[in-house]
Amino acid sequence: MRASTHNLAHKLVRWAFPHLGVILAVLWGAATVTFVAVKLIPGDPVSILSGGENVVDQAERAVLIQQYGLDQPLGVQYGRYLGHALAGNFGKSYQYRQPVISVIAEAAVPTLQLASAAILLALCLAVANALATAGGRRGLRTVLSGFELALLSTPVYWISIVLLTLFSFRLHWFPVTGNDGFASLALPAIALSLPLAALLSQVLRDGLEEALSQPFALTVRTRGVSEIALRVRHGLRHAALAVSTLTGTLLAGILGGSILTETVFGRSGIGQITLQAIKTRDMPLVLGLVMMSALVFVVINLVVDALYLIIDPRLRRAKA
Amino acid sequence: MTVPIAETSHEADPLMSPAVPLLRVEGLRVVFPTSQGRIEAVRGVSFAIEPGEILALVGQSGSGKSVTARALVGLAGPRAQVDASAMTIVGHDGGVVDLLRLAPSAWRAVRGREIGFVLQDAQVSLDPLRTVGREIAEPILAHRLLPKTGIAAEVKLLLARVGIPDPDIRAAQYPHELSGGLRQRALIASALAARPRLLIADEPTTALDVTVQQQVLSVFEGLARAGHGVLLITHDLAVAAQVADRIAVMQDGLIVENGPTRRVLTMPSQVYTQRLMAAVPGAATRGHWLAATGAAPARETVASDQPPLLEVDDVSVSFRRPNGSTLDALAGVSLVIRLGETLGVVGESGSGKTTLGKVALALRQPNRGEVRFEGQPWSGLSESARRPLRRRIQTIVQDPLGSFDPRYTVERIIEQPLCLRGDRDRAARRHRIAELIELVSLSPKLLARRPEALSGGQRQRVSIAQALASEPDLLVCDEPVSSLDVMTQAQVLDLLVALQVRPRLAMLFISHDLGVIQHVSHRIAVMEAGRIVETGTVAEVFDDPQRPYTRRLLGAVPRLPGRC
Amino acid sequence: MSVDESALWPLRSSTSGAGRRHPWRAPGLLLPLAFVLFLVAAMFAPEWFTALAPDAIDTDAILQPPSPGHWFGTDELGRDLFCRVIYGTSESLTIGVGAMAIACLGGISLGTAASLAPSIVRKLLVRLIDILLAFPELLLALLVIAVLGRGPVNTLFAVGLSHIAGYARLVRSQVLLVKLSGYVEHAVTLGEHRWTIIIRHIVPNTIRPLMILATIGVGTSVLAASSLSFLGLGVVPPEAEWGALLADGRNFIEIAPWLSLLPATVVAISVISITLLGRRLQVLLARGDVP
Repeated sequence: MRASTHNLAHKLVRWAFPHLGVILAVLWGAATVTFVAVKLIPGDPVSILSGGENVVDQAERAVLIQQYGLDQPLGVQYGRYLGHALAGNFGKSYQYRQPVISVIAEAAVPTLQLASAAILLALCLAVANALATAGGRRGLRTVLSGFELALLSTPVYWISIVLLTLFSFRLHWFPVTGNDGFASLALPAIALSLPLAALLSQVLRDGLEEALSQPFALTVRTRGVSEIALRVRHGLRHAALAVSTLTGTLLAGILGGSILTETVFGRSGIGQITLQAIKTRDMPLVLGLVMMSALVFVVINLVVDALYLIIDPRLRRAKA
Repeated sequence: MTVPIAETSHEADPLMSPAVPLLRVEGLRVVFPTSQGRIEAVRGVSFAIEPGEILALVGQSGSGKSVTARALVGLAGPRAQVDASAMTIVGHDGGVVDLLRLAPSAWRAVRGREIGFVLQDAQVSLDPLRTVGREIAEPILAHRLLPKTGIAAEVKLLLARVGIPDPDIRAAQYPHELSGGLRQRALIASALAARPRLLIADEPTTALDVTVQQQVLSVFEGLARAGHGVLLITHDLAVAAQVADRIAVMQDGLIVENGPTRRVLTMPSQVYTQRLMAAVPGAATRGHWLAATGAAPARETVASDQPPLLEVDDVSVSFRRPNGSTLDALAGVSLVIRLGETLGVVGESGSGKTTLGKVALALRQPNRGEVRFEGQPWSGLSESARRPLRRRIQTIVQDPLGSFDPRYTVERIIEQPLCLRGDRDRAARRHRIAELIELVSLSPKLLARRPEALSGGQRQRVSIAQALASEPDLLVCDEPVSSLDVMTQAQVLDLLVALQVRPRLAMLFISHDLGVIQHVSHRIAVMEAGRIVETGTVAEVFDDPQRPYTRRLLGAVPRLPGRC
Repeated sequence: MSVDESALWPLRSSTSGAGRRHPWRAPGLLLPLAFVLFLVAAMFAPEWFTALAPDAIDTDAILQPPSPGHWFGTDELGRDLFCRVIYGTSESLTIGVGAMAIACLGGISLGTAASLAPSIVRKLLVRLIDILLAFPELLLALLVIAVLGRGPVNTLFAVGLSHIAGYARLVRSQVLLVKLSGYVEHAVTLGEHRWTIIIRHIVPNTIRPLMILATIGVGTSVLAASSLSFLGLGVVPPEAEWGALLADGRNFIEIAPWLSLLPATVVAISVISITLLGRRLQVLLARGDVP
């Protein structure tokens, strides 16, 4: 057994190398897209970068022009910008008067808390749901599937508002706004987790049922193994494969959902600063956020691909 | 070639007296209530299996043989209604276990422990995400037969017992890392792990090459010698002939004939059995109809001074694998097909026969060598130059559904090649379609249907009708009957043989089934690993094989008694 | 949350021939159809459903809960909410359909090129799609709004552009599925021209499932547009668009929750109805009943 784990680690490392190229490509793409976006905004470039007309005085203007190469040809600007971006230097946010990186880092903490709680909750709900209902009676499945569809089609903010109204305003079980402690995390996490759980449930259940209808499931039954053991020991792994194709959608849902949920519940986090950045046209911050989100996306996708490799031994062969 | 099997303490209990059958089934009925009414899949089946005996349950698809097998382990389906006057098995403690009306928890104690089950195609019948060792260990754990520490050793013993070498390495591997034969044997090992006395095998060798099939069948022979009872479900009479002690022939949910192998196959008392045997193609059936009645048309031998229709000249095809190495699918293959001649190409999986078919159809370019049609370049042409000639070479494949546009009805499918010829006249096309479906014996009522609604045999006929629409000279047949039942296969083969005479179609007939090749071909080419190993007329190759591979191949084919 | 991905699954199981039945996905067609028809009617003839005007201010009746006189209550300027919802249907659905059209056209062009173009172009385009997919759709939409500013037209573009990459990927996988299928190769042996194959086989077999996904996509677009407006970055008051109504109502959540809840409920039911309709069409397509 130990030989095969060592082997596996070896294969993973060898596999990861070409994918670093993908990370770089995506980062380059992200930087370029945002550069193009900024250049498309009509108006004085210095005002755009500083967040408004006449916000900065002559001296700071000169600094900005020199720093971003605004008096240089487009090609040079692009090169400078790329260099800065890949070094992690996005400049200063003019709203917060702090380096963009630290603004984002500070805001990321509560968002991460929210996202992790929501994902955990969603996974528990989805796994329990799928295990209990896969291959079950049509009536129950119809009801649950209808419920899931409703959750998927309902805007996240609607769920948030309902929860807020019911449990905060009317019943006073949870605080209305705030970032501290478990109590203020509960409602937003639940609101965010419900659509995620709906999507995960559907995929898990479909994946589970697909697995349970395969010939190997029949073989397992002929061994005298119970249905529960069949689902947990065999089915879940196959269903997990189906889920990993959804990573992109899930991540997009988490980010978008976070923004909306944080808004409704008045939590600070990436959602808030993104909205403010866009409203006030704080471009350095917007650029930083876009790059960060692209990086997160790509890294998580790679991690999931690696997990795929671990779960499904058939894929390892092709790499050998 | 038999595989030595370690006969250890896994032998079934020798204290059991042979007078008490291991498995006894009387009047088994299985009914499925559906929205269209009750379907009686099994209508009163009775048989018994003694320890050390192999009973083969032989029948076509739809005969109820698989349902019977699954009913014996309570897995006929949640809606199945199973009933019998008796269905019992002798348990490990010597007591008789009643298999009717068992509660789910009681069934779990029986499955795996009293009865082992082996399905076909281990590639999908073993969990591809778990190692072979864990799959084999699962029944042992489920029935709590051994402490965790003893499991590894037991798994090794089981692997050795079914003849798998290097059990240490194999147990840690995944099913896709094993060859087809080893995989199937691992599946058998997992069925034996909890030491059941009775083993039920549902088409265990259907997905395997002939030489591998023989090895797996000998595993069952070894198990029977060690005292196990085996119920072998198969559609292949020859397989039953090779290993079974007794044969029961099933048709439409009933057993129509039951008796010792030798007797059933040499002196069948039932018409159905006789027809079934007559439908098996082989050297003895050349020149006879397999399913139809009447005199078969005489087949002319094709003179060797006839001009060649298709020439494959020293063709090689290589693929690049994802990891960079090259795979030679074909290496220096040469053959000739003459007008009106059927060349049978036989080989096991990996022999390159499918690639040969694709090269003949110019769907793949050879890396070296060329293909000529009627003396003119064929593979060397540009696609636009070749296109108008394509109607002269057509193809039918193993799964015709894959070659039809999913939106088309049968009529549109057959019409496809006619539209290409620019026949503007709709009435003329309709007329031609009517001619074609009559030629392939299809009912006109099927024209408006979609191919998904047709049976396998009907789909193949549609495919043949479409292929004939452009009046080709050569038909490339790639395993056209491999997915069909013996009886359906017989009908389609009869049709193809009739087409050899009128309209004198030449054929490149690719198959892994030697009997089919023997029946249908004028000349034969044997392929192994991308090369043609031997060619000649049917008589030359089969009666006097020159090469060791050919001899091995011929030796591995199970035969019906009375046939050479 | 994207409904599109989950809408792919009946597609997969029907093309893989698994033939599993999903009875729940073909529920009564009537209710969703009825609601969608009602929406279309509200789009073109809002005066059938309400006698009031959407911007009729009535300072005597501000922030009133739902009542027989005002089915959805009134907002902070005394305007009847139900009336505003009805009049907002036109704008909301137009944005949804328009965004969908942009995403479809862009997605089909990009996706088809990424499947059928010569090899080098193909590889480049696939990479491009991968890069675009690394951005969450909401973020892309926000980026577009950052450049263009707010407003209904810009919202339409923002939502449409942000969905292109997702559709390109769907289109590409569907085209590849068809291109590598047995019947395309078989058509070659029959002697069909490359362009005949593309037009007679590849396009129809690709387009139809995608058109159905596009139907479901209208629902997703409406959802995305309303989210943008809710954040204050899409359509802004005093327009009666549903998202704008939500943004407006956000300020009064504690004292007048119906101002947000009811329009959001309308959004939810619309999206559900459209999705159900689309799924039903999918089932019919898989069974071969759609011409």
